[in-house]
Amino acid sequence: MDVILLQLLNGLDKGGAYALIALGLTLVFGTLGVVNFAHGVLFMLGAFCAVVFNKMLQLGVEKPSEDTGLGFAPPPEVVPYVDIWFGEEMGSLITSYSVPLSIILVIPFMLLVGIIVERGLIQHFYKRAHADQILVTFGLAIVLQEIVKHYFGANPLPQSAPEIVSGSANIGTWLGVSENLVYPWWRLIYFGFAAVVIAAVFSFLQFTTYGMVVRAGMNDRETVGILGIDIERRFTVIFGLAAVVAGLAGAMYTPTLPPDYRMGMDFLVLSFVVVVVGGMGSLPGAVLSGFLLGIMQSFAAVASYASLVFPNPADHSGFFYNILNFIDSWVFFPGIDQVIIYLVAVVILLTLPRGLLGRAGVMED
Amino acid sequence: MMLSSERNDRLLMLVFIAVVLCAPIIFAPIGAGYPDLLQKFAIYGIFAIGFNILFGLTGYLSFGHAAFLGVGSYATVWSFKLFTMNVVPAMALSIGIAGLFAVVIGFISLRRSGIYFSILTLAFAQMCYSLAYSVLTPITNGETGLQVRALAKADESRSLLDADIRVVDGFFGVTETSVPISNFFGLKMSGWEGFYFCAILLIIAFYISLRIFRSDFGLMLRAIKSNQNRLNYTGINTRPYLIVAFVISGMYAGLAGSLLAVTDPLAGAERMQWTESGLVVLMTILGGVGTLIGPLIGAGLIKYLEQIFSSINEQILEATFSFLPETLQHFFVGITSLFVGEGWELTLGLMFMIVVIFVPGGIMEIMSRLIGLFRKKPTDNKPLAGEAQPAE
Repeated sequence: MDVILLQLLNGLDKGGAYALIALGLTLVFGTLGVVNFAHGVLFMLGAFCAVVFNKMLQLGVEKPSEDTGLGFAPPPEVVPYVDIWFGEEMGSLITSYSVPLSIILVIPFMLLVGIIVERGLIQHFYKRAHADQILVTFGLAIVLQEIVKHYFGANPLPQSAPEIVSGSANIGTWLGVSENLVYPWWRLIYFGFAAVVIAAVFSFLQFTTYGMVVRAGMNDRETVGILGIDIERRFTVIFGLAAVVAGLAGAMYTPTLPPDYRMGMDFLVLSFVVVVVGGMGSLPGAVLSGFLLGIMQSFAAVASYASLVFPNPADHSGFFYNILNFIDSWVFFPGIDQVIIYLVAVVILLTLPRGLLGRAGVMED
Repeated sequence: MMLSSERNDRLLMLVFIAVVLCAPIIFAPIGAGYPDLLQKFAIYGIFAIGFNILFGLTGYLSFGHAAFLGVGSYATVWSFKLFTMNVVPAMALSIGIAGLFAVVIGFISLRRSGIYFSILTLAFAQMCYSLAYSVLTPITNGETGLQVRALAKADESRSLLDADIRVVDGFFGVTETSVPISNFFGLKMSGWEGFYFCAILLIIAFYISLRIFRSDFGLMLRAIKSNQNRLNYTGINTRPYLIVAFVISGMYAGLAGSLLAVTDPLAGAERMQWTESGLVVLMTILGGVGTLIGPLIGAGLIKYLEQIFSSINEQILEATFSFLPETLQHFFVGITSLFVGEGWELTLGLMFMIVVIFVPGGIMEIMSRLIGLFRKKPTDNKPLAGEAQPAE
């Protein structure tokens, strides 16, 4: 039982990342009607913001070290500015919190990137075919990816979570289920963070007048324009918002997955599948299918369902165990977790052509 | 631009054959006159021609054609390992299996159109990639890739991944000295022989594509592109046509994958990655979607740039800019080194964007514009057949 709970938690964490990316993707899709293949790269840029912020915190003055009397001078020590400004203890505390603090850098930077991309490129593609949109954003994705590769190299750059939360939470003992259920703190925080961001985006769209107008624009852009509202500007803001959401998702995900210039493309394909499964243009659908596919994937990743349900070797007999064992012999392959998402996507698309929560009339022209 | 009369087609075909057969001489001045690169031109040309039959004629943008390329490669290497090093059965097997795959994927994906179709094909291709990379390791040899090996000795019983059996070759008593090389009834498929083999297949592939473009079937595909709804209202079921187009283009991709494995007997999962699908889309767009020779030019250009740009290093750049004062030299070397060598994909991405933004018709559009300029006669502003339109 606790193993199942653990896989569920694992799925929530991965699903959080999928849901956040898919949320931005479907926002752009639903409002602007643009298929943005560069969205994964925005996620990657967010992650590299965390790297840059971390590097910035470590900048400092070179202090020549004292002569040790051995005849040669040891290399000079670097004293970070934060240590000088805030004192050593406070400074090291700030440095260890570089990933969550990098949000300070991510938000304005991604907003800027989003606005530049929308004004400079996407804006001219509203009226053009979806194929053209895919192609031009794919080109943009390659360009941004190569620029990042040029400055940061091709190797992953691991970032660490703050020290306080680097351990694991013993959820099992809290819930009184078992003692084996331990889970990394950072992943719990990521899940909580994703929930907060999703809730914020939803309430922005649902409860503010601004969001209401945007939703109206999603349904009928022309009428909203006729009413005298500068819908173009709102769309720019929405694109910026989507970029920020993607960037935040990327920055906060870095302790789990070391940033690497290819991560955007890897997540992009998955998040498109997530969006399509959820139903194009449906925000709740994107979130739902993000979590659903994340959980599916983490369940598929475990070695065997029989041992998952019956962890105790003494139970390894009986009707249900045999059935599960039989299923295992057919279903389980190493690496099936990479395949299961696409399988689920194909099955869902063929049975529910609009995805899980898709509305009629979106992208059906 | 191009009148589709019988005579013009015959002329085009003759010029095409002449250019392909004289390619070693024609491409020598730009440093591409060696068999390895020319082979790549021909192979990716076949891939792009096939892709163009689907995308150019029907407007259905498949983002998963790399899957057929990979399947073709694997089938070829398995044919080498199991039956014979002769390329004919290997190619037949590849085209057949790629066609079967295309039937299955096309049957499912073509239930949807537009963006859904793109995403479905993308999902299928990624699924194939993941399967090849991990799940199907006994068949694909995972991330190491599948390779042709020496013949297994009679007294050894090793895995097929380590040693080959080549039943047919054994039956006919073909002796093997060292590393097995694929052959066409004894003709080794390496160097110039390899190139000419690919070149002849390219000519055949081009001829078939020409016939498809000029046929009623091609006309029907164009009709689907321009307005599928109207066709449906007139009572025509468009799906069979679409599936046939999808399968034909899948078989072209299978042939291209097979030739990749013929010229270099090795197949890996990275050939199925979705960026590879993006590359063939780029080739087609760059040359000119829906035109006959456009995709070929695009394929050649991209493979050429890949070869040339990725081989330029800092020393070459410094030599190029050595006539400048030192600071300027450093400046220019610094700027251009971004775009060449390891960063050649940046050039690729930029080219991609520029073409889609400014010349959606690709090189063929540029050429027809230039011709229009020189002729100075009022040209009709009808867009080329190759404007990318979404499938309705």
